Amino acid sequence: MNNSPYSLKPASVQSVMLRVLLALLPGIAAYVWFFGAAILVQIALTSIAALAAEAAMLALRGKPMRQFLTDGSALVTAWLIALTFPSIAPWWLTVLGTLLAIIVAKHLYGGLGQNPFNPAMVAFALMIVAYPQLMSQWPAVGATDFAAQLNAIFGARQLDAMTMATPLDALRTVLRDPEQRAAIAGLLGSNATFGNIGGKGWEWVAAGYLAGGLWLIQQRIITWHMPAAFLAALFAVAGIFSLIDATQFAPPLFHLLTGGAMLGAFFIVTDPVSGATTPKGKLIFAAGIALLTWIIRTFGAYPDGIAFAVLLMNIAAPLIDMYTQPPVFGHKRKEEEPR
Amino acid sequence: MIAKLFRFKGGVKPDSHKDVSAAAPIRVAPLPSHLIIPLRQSARAMARCLVQPGQTVLKGEMIAAAEGPLCTAVHAPTSGTVRAIAPQPVPHPSGLPAPSIVIDPDGQDRWIERRPFDYSAVPAQETRNYLRDCGVVGLGGAGFPSHVKLGPGEKGIETLILNGAECEPWITCDDRLMRERADMILAGAAIMRHIAGARRILVGIEDNKPQAIESMRAAALKLGEPDIEVVAVPTRYPAGGEKQLIRVLTGIEIPFGKLGTHFGVQCFNVGSAHAVFRAIAHGEPLISRVLTLSGNMAHAGNFEALIGTPIRELLPLAEPRADTDRYLMGGPMMGVALLSLDTPVIKGTNCILAGSPTLFPPPPPEMPCIRCGECAKVCPAELQPFELYWFSRARIFGKAQEYSLFDCIECGCCSYVCPSRIPLVDYFRFAKGEIWAREKEKAAADIARERYELRLAREEREKADKAAKLAAKTEAGRQKAAAALAEVAKPAATPEEDAKKALIAAALERARAQKEQVHPENVSNLTPEQQAEVAAIEERRAEIREMAKPHLRQDD
Repeated sequence: MNNSPYSLKPASVQSVMLRVLLALLPGIAAYVWFFGAAILVQIALTSIAALAAEAAMLALRGKPMRQFLTDGSALVTAWLIALTFPSIAPWWLTVLGTLLAIIVAKHLYGGLGQNPFNPAMVAFALMIVAYPQLMSQWPAVGATDFAAQLNAIFGARQLDAMTMATPLDALRTVLRDPEQRAAIAGLLGSNATFGNIGGKGWEWVAAGYLAGGLWLIQQRIITWHMPAAFLAALFAVAGIFSLIDATQFAPPLFHLLTGGAMLGAFFIVTDPVSGATTPKGKLIFAAGIALLTWIIRTFGAYPDGIAFAVLLMNIAAPLIDMYTQPPVFGHKRKEEEPR
Repeated sequence: MIAKLFRFKGGVKPDSHKDVSAAAPIRVAPLPSHLIIPLRQSARAMARCLVQPGQTVLKGEMIAAAEGPLCTAVHAPTSGTVRAIAPQPVPHPSGLPAPSIVIDPDGQDRWIERRPFDYSAVPAQETRNYLRDCGVVGLGGAGFPSHVKLGPGEKGIETLILNGAECEPWITCDDRLMRERADMILAGAAIMRHIAGARRILVGIEDNKPQAIESMRAAALKLGEPDIEVVAVPTRYPAGGEKQLIRVLTGIEIPFGKLGTHFGVQCFNVGSAHAVFRAIAHGEPLISRVLTLSGNMAHAGNFEALIGTPIRELLPLAEPRADTDRYLMGGPMMGVALLSLDTPVIKGTNCILAGSPTLFPPPPPEMPCIRCGECAKVCPAELQPFELYWFSRARIFGKAQEYSLFDCIECGCCSYVCPSRIPLVDYFRFAKGEIWAREKEKAAADIARERYELRLAREEREKADKAAKLAAKTEAGRQKAAAALAEVAKPAATPEEDAKKALIAAALERARAQKEQVHPENVSNLTPEQQAEVAAIEERRAEIREMAKPHLRQDD
């Protein structure tokens, strides 16, 4: 016998996860357009690996298989891994990352809803530390020859022809070399690598993520707090420093539209399980990630810092929640007292 | 005039299903075969029974009196005979029976003498006592005594709010009452305003009931009293929650543990105002109410039923469909599943809802919480339900209280939206229950310790008394035996016969003395009258012992 309420809104974890996957499609379409179909192969690989690992772990843990395998959460992790890893990375790299995400970051911590760290970011961080070289070989714009890409993923790797430094890498190289610094403005404005704002091709992928993310807000899957705080904080910190010295710091719009910023803002930072949950906490959490991202991008050893920034803030999420509990009905400011 | 409405945070918009029964005018339900009127009104209030089995009662006659500050009187809903005073099933989630008066109607529906009450000529306290003796309680569901709410409180009441929001899906009884008896409702409200010394009356009605709003506005115009305003409030569950409606109409937020009177507002259901009117203007105590029969029924409608009518006898009026698998008392958001259809209509029964597997499908299996925060978005108490869920689940009750568990009004919004289908409200009910039980246990332990100490002292005293008595008796017996022996030892007339006699006498004497020792009661050598009296006393004692038995067993 269950108790009230007896009527329930039709809602499920599955439908939440499915809509997140749907929201990724515009970004994926742009990805395919500019960088070839390799990303689809990677998505297939990570999806299969994630589902297999999920099934194995559910069986080991004695959990109802159907109920949990179909919840879609493993697929979201898989897709995010595929989208954050280089699309021409060898197959075993993405599969290994996926297995670590599902088995270690998710199930060893208790499965769905229990993981303190974002599984996809755990995969990214582990792999970039273990295989920095492989994790930095990104496809060049227009190098969409599917056979060559397949060969890169599954076979012998002859990458020189098809890889290209990402905008963040290129920028880093330039910034490290004092003699080239003067050229930063020209580089950002016209270079084939940098496209219009955030990197040729990449800015369109970012636009796709932005569209999907806005749809997620409209669908009430995520709230505006995290994307807004993340993008605003990243814009602010990048803006301030590029105003101080434009020869040393990249402009804010570049930061927003390059690397994993847009994907992170709407799909990674917003992971509810490992993030802060109160309205104020969400703002602090996301702004903290933005700040750390900018610091790692600018001063760190790795090209993109979102993964590390997310993991660091994941640790702080429970504390942030504790100190940002919103006031309860009737226990607010004194001005609400009777007039 | 209200300048603007305020907003309460959260809330949900479930399908209202009101059109199923809203068009059906209030019909008077037929007299049932018997009536069951519970004496218990709340955890802290139980009326004192004034009748005995076999007694005939008139309609409206007081059959149980108010006892204690939160109690109201109970009346016979029709004329007839008291069949029994015994535990009966009542609409409580525990399913435990509660002491009730069962009345067999005589079919004549003979009233007591009814007289209007001139409230304007007496002090307010007297009117409040009158309402208490008329059994007037809140008809919105909680059944809180109206006379208590009309009390002066700390600051007095400035604004009287009439709650006609009726935000739960399916329910339309208040809607119908406002459409059909708006004059009486407002007349009752005016009386309440007089008793409470309030200035203005605000009537809050959800804007999905345009006819009710229109009817109430027309009645307000007709009444011609100043400062009565009928306000359409946005339709959003739980707009009819007392605190939510007060917030929407006045902007005042009443925290947990505080009453409306602390803030100069008090909120009454429109049905309560109607009941006040009938009590004052017609001298009719609260013996019937309007309720909705809806859900999986062929002819859903609104009925005026006597308090105490068994639900089973009401159902045929609306013809439940064949696949009905349960009945709820109240709406789908906060209602209670009925464990027995012999349960009677009580004063707080606003709806009987027939459920079916298609109407209220069993919830899909529970998934882990993914902290999506949807529950926090819809919580009208502005809590973080998922945090409370973790604490309740892990039995960290102190933390749950710190996160304001007791501010939860159990409206069900969080469970309603949860994508993981977690029965959140159940977890909160569980946690509250555990905390109450622990507090009660602590209090009970203190009392028990005191009682134990007292009992030890008493037993000690009784033991000493008994020993003293026994010693005295034994002493007396010995002396008697010694006397007999002395007799025997006297020289006999005919030695052999006398010796035999003496032996028998001594034996008898010994037996007597022994008997006295075993049965040291002062019952020998009594007149027949005295003996009869003793026998009667013994019988009564045995009876009392018999009656006390189960109680003793519980104690052991």
